[in-house]
Amino acid sequence: MDVLAFYAFAGIAVIASLLVVGQGNPMHSVMLLIVSFGALAGLYVVLDAPFTAVTQIIVYAGAIMVLFLFVVMLLNVPREEPAPAGVATLLGPTGMRIGAVLSVLLAGELLWALLRIGFGWASRGETAASVSSVALIGSGIFTRHAFAFEATSVLILVAMIGAVVLARREHS
Amino acid sequence: MVPLTVNHYLALSGVLFAIGTAGVFLRRNLITVLLSIEIMLNAVNLTFVAVGRYRGSVDGQIITFFVMTVAAAEAAVGLALIIALFRHRETLSPDAFTALKW
Repeated sequence: MDVLAFYAFAGIAVIASLLVVGQGNPMHSVMLLIVSFGALAGLYVVLDAPFTAVTQIIVYAGAIMVLFLFVVMLLNVPREEPAPAGVATLLGPTGMRIGAVLSVLLAGELLWALLRIGFGWASRGETAASVSSVALIGSGIFTRHAFAFEATSVLILVAMIGAVVLARREHS
Repeated sequence: MVPLTVNHYLALSGVLFAIGTAGVFLRRNLITVLLSIEIMLNAVNLTFVAVGRYRGSVDGQIITFFVMTVAAAEAAVGLALIIALFRHRETLSPDAFTALKW
């Protein structure tokens, strides 16, 4: 059951992410990314992390993607312009091919490195009950990671003020 | 069927990260580039949760929580920058923003 769910959600996530990168309309990209985040939330449920799954849906698929949709609609640029003749050095057909090859290379490297890490303790740890508890996450955040939590609040304040200052219309 | 191990999740997260990198390399639209960065952040989140789960530790989920917060801040500032850039140049192509002046 878990295996089937994993492969279904993994397939949805990979296909949706490929389409986000592969097709031209930013609006469709945002919608497909929401699908991909939903599949990742399903994977978190398979991983016994219901709190993270719910946070993924509320924060990512809800808040952040609505922000993206808002900007896509505000700017209203439905498709990319072709490269101007002078600057087609990196983004011409050959440049695109090099980029694709580099990405495949990176995928191979990541798989090699990550799977080497994983083999050591792949079979250890079946303590699902101790991981999925929201109370444990809460006490971890507010005791061991209290400084990071407070720093996060400052970071959000800075980001909020920065966004307001950057996007403000200048009166001249 | 092979039972699930942490390697399944690590492989999936490696593939997702590479897809996100490909988006940053290949796309000519600043919004899609930001979306690709979100894909990469999510791939890393999946690694944290999977490794935490298979080591029996709750810290993976806590770090994922912080990564989500940073991603929200990054999206807000990044989109504000895109709006400001669009006001200056009326385009979203990264090629239009090669000089640090206006």
